[in-house]
Amino acid sequence: MILANARLIDPASGREGPGALTVEKGLIAEVRWGDVAAPPGATDCGGHALAPGFIDIGVTVGEPGARHRESFRSAGRAAAAGGVTTIIVQPDTEPCVDDPAILDFIARRADAAAPVRVHAMGALTKGLHGREMAELGLLADAGAVAFTDGARTVADARVFRRCLAYAGGLSRPGLVIHHAQEARLSDGACATEGAFAGRLGLPSAPAIAERIAVERDIAIAELTGCRLHLACVSTRGALAALARARAAGLAVTAGTSIHHLSLNELDVGNWRTFFRLDPPLRCEDDRAATAQAVADGLIDVVASHHLPWDEESKRVPFEAAATGAVGLETLLPAALTLHHAGLADLPTLMARLSLAPARLLGLPGGRLEVGAPADLTLFDPDAPFVLDRFALLSKSKNTPFDRRRMTGRVLRTFVGGVTVFERGGPEGSRGGAGADAA
Amino acid sequence: MFAHRSLLAASALSQEDIRAALDLAEEYVALNRRRDKKGAVLRGLTQINLFFEPSTRTQASFELAGKRLGADVMNMSVGSSSVKKGETLIDTAVTLNAMRPDLLVVRHQMSGAVALLSEKVNCAVINAGDGAHEHPTQALLDALTIRRRKGRLSRLTIAICGDILHSRVARSNIALLDRMENRVRLVAPPTLLPPDIDAWRVEVFQDMAEGLRGADVVMMLRLQSERMSGGFVPSVREFHHRYGLDREKLANAAPDAIVMHPGPMNRGVEIDAVVADDLERSVITEQVEMGVAVRMAVLDLLARHVPGETGAAAAEARA
Repeated sequence: MILANARLIDPASGREGPGALTVEKGLIAEVRWGDVAAPPGATDCGGHALAPGFIDIGVTVGEPGARHRESFRSAGRAAAAGGVTTIIVQPDTEPCVDDPAILDFIARRADAAAPVRVHAMGALTKGLHGREMAELGLLADAGAVAFTDGARTVADARVFRRCLAYAGGLSRPGLVIHHAQEARLSDGACATEGAFAGRLGLPSAPAIAERIAVERDIAIAELTGCRLHLACVSTRGALAALARARAAGLAVTAGTSIHHLSLNELDVGNWRTFFRLDPPLRCEDDRAATAQAVADGLIDVVASHHLPWDEESKRVPFEAAATGAVGLETLLPAALTLHHAGLADLPTLMARLSLAPARLLGLPGGRLEVGAPADLTLFDPDAPFVLDRFALLSKSKNTPFDRRRMTGRVLRTFVGGVTVFERGGPEGSRGGAGADAA
Repeated sequence: MFAHRSLLAASALSQEDIRAALDLAEEYVALNRRRDKKGAVLRGLTQINLFFEPSTRTQASFELAGKRLGADVMNMSVGSSSVKKGETLIDTAVTLNAMRPDLLVVRHQMSGAVALLSEKVNCAVINAGDGAHEHPTQALLDALTIRRRKGRLSRLTIAICGDILHSRVARSNIALLDRMENRVRLVAPPTLLPPDIDAWRVEVFQDMAEGLRGADVVMMLRLQSERMSGGFVPSVREFHHRYGLDREKLANAAPDAIVMHPGPMNRGVEIDAVVADDLERSVITEQVEMGVAVRMAVLDLLARHVPGETGAAAAEARA
């Protein structure tokens, strides 16, 4: 298959321009830059952007245990519609992924049902309780690509230290991903401390709850030598701590979520529970600092932190609402807000969405090179639309972007050279992130 | 005037709204002092008091207000309702709505819960306290008390003292008193102040004597017992020493300053018994009286938007 008349975006080389790709046996067989005439039989990309498929770290799927919220089939279809070709799933299932058998279950279910690649992370502690180390070696051998307690913080510094020390000694994956929020300060909080939460009388945690946890985690990573990835950094103070760690040459990386990049605390408005996230949305200054850090590369990874919830979990008072939002299908347009704001060019942004997560996890994607997997996303970065949450392919519709005007749509997604989503195609016609703008 | 379908927050009220409610409440103060206290403006209407959080005085006040205006009043407390059996707030709202009440008075322990509920029902909703957010009828009754005692409700210096952080009474009062163009001072230790308090249009004092200096009104707040020892303040006696209102601290306020408290009081904690019972200065029992009148006024104003003929007119038509 030849994909011609494309605007190739290669995050690995930072190159962007017209070109064509040849795909053979699921791999990229040839990359041709420049205006080349499309040979007969080639697929015309219409001049749209063609980039490596996105690798989304930290997707929650409800299997096993909560298939009504999201199954591998629905998550896979949502991912494909969002240009995501690999999802890295969270271990906080029911039962959780602290047993190698669950990894086996996930691999079989994902293989049978999901049109995209699926990798699983293993639990860092037993039952995700933060008290005892999980069987990290067995989980690693069963295929876990990283260890994490998902959205839970390991509050006990001694436990965390031992987990990192042990994980660091494993040849593979030797990577711990942590939700860094100081547990006691965050206990019971559903908003970031500030004038807005104060007026509403919402229980809130200060933004430094993140900085304290990030500082602690960095110090423990330094002590143990284990590779550490901070799942969601969203405050200026934590970013400063991260910058110091980088300057000191520590193996600490960071991610953030599209929601913390494109929304702030004021979006909560009148207690709108779809905006109840963990960490809670921040003030505008912190959001701007986070967006700048993504542009500068201090934040390596941008993820959707896709977290599906049924309607009932959100149709309650704000304090009682479940935390999290779906994001697979809004990953691209939300991330593109940085591009349209002039903060980051497309190769930089694509690096945060594919190359950096691939490097972090030792996966082959994220590059337009001969021999790389033909996991590709064709998108129009300038196409406007209004998001309709009921048109999402995800089983759960809890997106904070409902009825928002967004820019940038995925047109076609390939996994291993096979089309898994095409807008207007058999899957795309049934929905896919909303109606076209008038 | 008073173009609101529901009363959810004092911050949503204009000066005209506040004056309309207080002027009408004055009439009900007079009615309540008569031997025959029975009005008829709510005749035929159903009022449900839905309390997810236990309350004696607020619930009694709303019940009496509704009954004096002729409404059929029903009290529902969470302890006896199906909410404890896992029914959601919205299911409760929808169920009650199907019983066609006209006025729903709601208290809930979470901020925003009453607003959420109001979106799911057709009737008028009155917020009787939602978490640490608002308690608008308390602010109105305080305003009425102040206006009657001071002859005006603007250009006054009002010190609100104690646990501001957890207080919906404080938030409603700050909003209302600011709207009426008063100087609002907050007196509290930093642990009991909301974050970023500087962004509110208030003056903040840690020293009580300084905060009370020249104040026309001293408004005390209740300190919940679970917050007294070690959590937010070191001890009851230290809190009383620094922030309890006694004669000595009160001497800093204006000579004719009045003392207010939303109740129930912790005597010897935030307020000395001598001050609380001082008939010259304390208006605490008057607040309770004004509470019934203000709630009658609010019920009356909101019921005017209920479609159909008024209770009195409908009764005449039937006769």
